[in-house]
Amino acid sequence: MWPDVAHKYEHMNTTKILQVPDAASAAMDYLKNDADDHGELVTVNMGPSHPATHGVLRLKLVIDGETIVSCDPVIGYLHRGMEKIAENCHYNQYVAYTDRFDYLAPMSNNIAYACAVEKLMGWELPERGQAIRVLCCELSRISSCFLGTGVYAMDTGAMTAFLYAFEEKERVHNLYEQICGARFTSSYTRIGGMTRDLPKGIEKQILDFCDSAMRTVDEMEKLLLHNKIFIDRLVGVGVITREMALQCGMTGNNLRASGVCRDLRKTNPYLGYDKYEFDVPVAQEGDCYARFQVRMEEIRQSVRIIRQVVATMPKGPICVQVDKGILPNKKDAMMGIEELIRQFMVSTQCVNAPVGQVFFAAENPKGELGFFLDSKGGGIANRLKMRSPSFCSLSILPELLPGHLVSDVPAILGSFDFVQGECDR
Amino acid sequence: MNTIIQWCDSVLSNEIWFYLLTTVIKLVLIFAVILAFVVLSVWIERRVAGWIQDRPGPNRAGIPLFLLKRFGSKEKQPLKNVLHFFGIPENSWIANLCKWLRLEGEIPTFGLMQPCLDGGKLFLKQELTPSYVRKVYFTIAPMLVLGPPMVAAAVIPFASTVSTCYGEISMCVANLGIGPLWIFAISGLSVYGLSLAGWSSNSKYPFLGGLRASAQLISYEVAMGLSVIPLLMMFGTLNLQDIVQYQADNGWTLLPFWGEGLTLQRWALYAPIAISFIIFVTCVFAEANRTPFDMAECETDLVGGYHTEYSSMKFASFFMGEYAAMVVGSALVVTLFFGGWSIGFGADAALAAWCDWVAVLCQFLMFLIKLVAFIFFFVWVRWTLPRFRWDQVMKLGWLVFLEVAIANIFLAAAIMYFIK
Repeated sequence: MWPDVAHKYEHMNTTKILQVPDAASAAMDYLKNDADDHGELVTVNMGPSHPATHGVLRLKLVIDGETIVSCDPVIGYLHRGMEKIAENCHYNQYVAYTDRFDYLAPMSNNIAYACAVEKLMGWELPERGQAIRVLCCELSRISSCFLGTGVYAMDTGAMTAFLYAFEEKERVHNLYEQICGARFTSSYTRIGGMTRDLPKGIEKQILDFCDSAMRTVDEMEKLLLHNKIFIDRLVGVGVITREMALQCGMTGNNLRASGVCRDLRKTNPYLGYDKYEFDVPVAQEGDCYARFQVRMEEIRQSVRIIRQVVATMPKGPICVQVDKGILPNKKDAMMGIEELIRQFMVSTQCVNAPVGQVFFAAENPKGELGFFLDSKGGGIANRLKMRSPSFCSLSILPELLPGHLVSDVPAILGSFDFVQGECDR
Repeated sequence: MNTIIQWCDSVLSNEIWFYLLTTVIKLVLIFAVILAFVVLSVWIERRVAGWIQDRPGPNRAGIPLFLLKRFGSKEKQPLKNVLHFFGIPENSWIANLCKWLRLEGEIPTFGLMQPCLDGGKLFLKQELTPSYVRKVYFTIAPMLVLGPPMVAAAVIPFASTVSTCYGEISMCVANLGIGPLWIFAISGLSVYGLSLAGWSSNSKYPFLGGLRASAQLISYEVAMGLSVIPLLMMFGTLNLQDIVQYQADNGWTLLPFWGEGLTLQRWALYAPIAISFIIFVTCVFAEANRTPFDMAECETDLVGGYHTEYSSMKFASFFMGEYAAMVVGSALVVTLFFGGWSIGFGADAALAAWCDWVAVLCQFLMFLIKLVAFIFFFVWVRWTLPRFRWDQVMKLGWLVFLEVAIANIFLAAAIMYFIK
């Protein structure tokens, strides 16, 4: 009886047969080894704290001289169990956690998450609410793309462009501060709307910012895009073909740089993106230079959208007009019992979501940020799964890096514009 | 008193003693100038970087007057106490001037105190030597980086010659007949420091940095040496003092606008000299390990390169060595291409005819001004350009500069042979 059972469960057997290393034969093998005619391979550990890895990514590189033979990315140093946390707090409470995914564009995360829950609820925002969300999305896209291009310039050794870009990013943060009260961790959205309306007179400041952003983009292009050293370093480096990009599930700018015109704002418009006129920048080469170019062009298109939003900003409410699930007016809550109960219910139990599953993906600066929600009813998600664009972008590294030089690693990593907070979740 | 003067006179009359004494004085002077310029160029670097990048740069490190509180005064107005201490009335012009200069809180120094404070910090930091390094080489390496630029500076003339009653003093520590060769030879030694640091650290990033440094320095030395040959053919001498004298008389190498500088041959030679200049300056950048050639320590892929494992003053020696190499490199470029100490437009001879010492002083100042201008150029380039990739640096050195430099020699020779 016993041998039969053992045979049955053989495929589940996890015990490994330990082999005693035979040093002498290994030495003989080494002496005989003539396949590797350059000499020994060296394993270099790049990260988790390394200037090129923008966070806590770790790359185990095996190098032969300066050429990379193999690469093994190790992720998870910033894992905070974000998906599990979502199962333990109600929908509105989780908004604050979404700031910490892609911490370079917190507003877009807020909005993507709120849209996902609203899709579950079957709500649609009034026009003004949608316009404000588009405005915030594009502001954070500009901020993120500026930082992406600036840091990229710093990775290739041009420190100054980074600071020019950072100045614009600071301006976006100033606007954030006026819009939502926080510079960095915005937590601006609630399920079914926003925490507050735009402050008075912000339109003019946003338009001023648009002008200065365009000036800086032009300046950076002049400084970098036509620089011989910059071009030599990036053209033909880290080429991702169309097929490779699609295989690894790359999205956003990285995918568009490989010649695939896919932008969720165009293909399935959400938040009324179809009302605005903008182009989707696409490049065919798929190398680091193309990704940089696409990102620069993305800023221009975002500015174009923002100008249209400000020009056509509708009047009206910013939140969904429903009886339940949305905080009442504070004044009404102090006067009427019905509103007071509602306020209490919303802040403790949030919305009463229907049973069901939804997936919503938004076109974020880093790519498509998707939320899959499984609801068993009530205010707390049964399961939340994120589809993070940085994770998919990084999954291509073992395929892409071999054959490149060690000096190309910062250039390639920088061109993905990834954020470890989103990759590790 | 008389006997002392007589004794001094007798010592100075002795040629050997005179030579030794003047050399020691010049040695101390040039050493102080180089070290001061190392500190100053750090400051220039940070200020110019701040200026280029739309930020203030270091401007807060002043001399705080409230430290005077330590010396007995307990009030909160140090200026008042100081004035009181020296017995100056509070409405006098000195007091008003101090107030106008906003000296109430601290003496503004435009951030000049910053390098001093940085130095103090580096002195006081704990020195951490990892257990796995090769201690002897690990200790020698920073010395080998800081030493050579200081020694190489010995042949750079910083003013013309002064005649005293005991003999002539040439304002150059060692008036050697092999000027540029000496500099190439000595500054080539610093490659030992870099590669030893990389190797003895017994760690992978420094190792890669050390390898890159040695390869890069050696390859660019070749092109650097070849690029100055057209110049030396034109000057007909290797003595740097004579080279500068020639430029003072006949116009600077790149600006031949006075003396007999405007001959046909000189105009024709302008092309090879310009090529020499471009190659030479680029090589100086590469030799000093500065952006866009800072392969050996490029922080985005090698963390800190060869000095990753160093801390405290050992790290500071590398840092200072890099800046010293930059200062000496700039001095050499100024000497070869921009007339060294010469003021230009025939002013040197006129001043020297009037008073030797004034001429020497003016020339020294002129030399320093040119040096600062060139250091500014170094900094400007560093904060503007991206960095080359490692293999591109080697390609540029061996496949472009070497060939162009050799062709340039033949071009210059042909011009000198055919155009008289």
